Amino acid sequence: MIPLVHAEVVTRHKWLTDEEFADVLAIGNTLPGPIATKMPGYIGYRVGGVSGCIAAVIAVIVPMIVAMIVMLGIFSRYRDVAWIRGMGQAVIPVVMIMMGQLTWDFFDKSQAALGWLASALMAVIAGGLIYWLGVHPGWVIGAILLTAMLRPTGKKRVEGSA
Amino acid sequence: MIYWELFLAFFIPNIIGYGGGPAIIPLIEAEVVSRYGWMTSQEFAETLALGNALPSPIATKMAGYIGYDIAGIGGAFVAVSATVIPSLLLMLGALGLLYRHRDSPRVKRMSQWVRPVIAIMMAWLTLGFLLESLNTSGAIHTLIIGIAAAIALLRFNMHPAFVVISAVIYGALFIS
Repeated sequence: MIPLVHAEVVTRHKWLTDEEFADVLAIGNTLPGPIATKMPGYIGYRVGGVSGCIAAVIAVIVPMIVAMIVMLGIFSRYRDVAWIRGMGQAVIPVVMIMMGQLTWDFFDKSQAALGWLASALMAVIAGGLIYWLGVHPGWVIGAILLTAMLRPTGKKRVEGSA
Repeated sequence: MIYWELFLAFFIPNIIGYGGGPAIIPLIEAEVVSRYGWMTSQEFAETLALGNALPSPIATKMAGYIGYDIAGIGGAFVAVSATVIPSLLLMLGALGLLYRHRDSPRVKRMSQWVRPVIAIMMAWLTLGFLLESLNTSGAIHTLIIGIAAAIALLRFNMHPAFVVISAVIYGALFIS
């Protein structure tokens, strides 16, 4: 997706230079939320103000949302038919594998940055808070984000540059 | 108030979902399935499967569909706005500030520290899908589809759309 946006914005229309594009990407990555809407939104704003921003975001997201609504809508209507219900059931193991792959991916990345022990410890504590004590994940992650933002970095500089 | 709940259900995951795009998936599940009970685990799995098979970001597709499913066009609009607008406004409004801190270790460790939490939530969701599938389709179908999907996705790097369509055909023919 990113290389395709780059081809349009930098190479074809010359709305931004290569360097500006790289900066927008870097900044977008420091914020939460999908990069694929932040980039078009920002570039649309730079090129055509608020209306440009809205147009760019709509162009990115609306077609596939409509496709989702139409396809899942039809599917839900005929859920009572046995073979259609079978189609829905068969998808769960696939989603399970995808989610397992993502789990590994996220744990592997966090292990590479924080080490096995710290990652596992944080995961277990967070899991206990969320699933055993019923704390909303927003509180757990909010607390972590706040700590990450506010705690001084002096002695951790080496780790941060890795 | 359904619109306010929809807003929160998509605003919170998107504002705390650090660590990469898919990070919001378990956070959205925590809201729409566990907290508000708008969808069953089965429906969430179906939404996720189609969302992964189609192009464009997963976050807005899920928001658009779930919002529409709960409260019509207005619901879709609220959920998508809650997904897109906050971080976009931050980006437009605080560009200079963010630019100066884009390589800051604090910003980096925000993603790093959140990742283990997201990982455990994803693991929990994976386990939930396993139990759901064992419960509805039985061990044999779960095993066949699971192993085939794992080989196709992990070993041969096939496109998710192809894997989802294959599973759907298998389901139509053999699970009914």
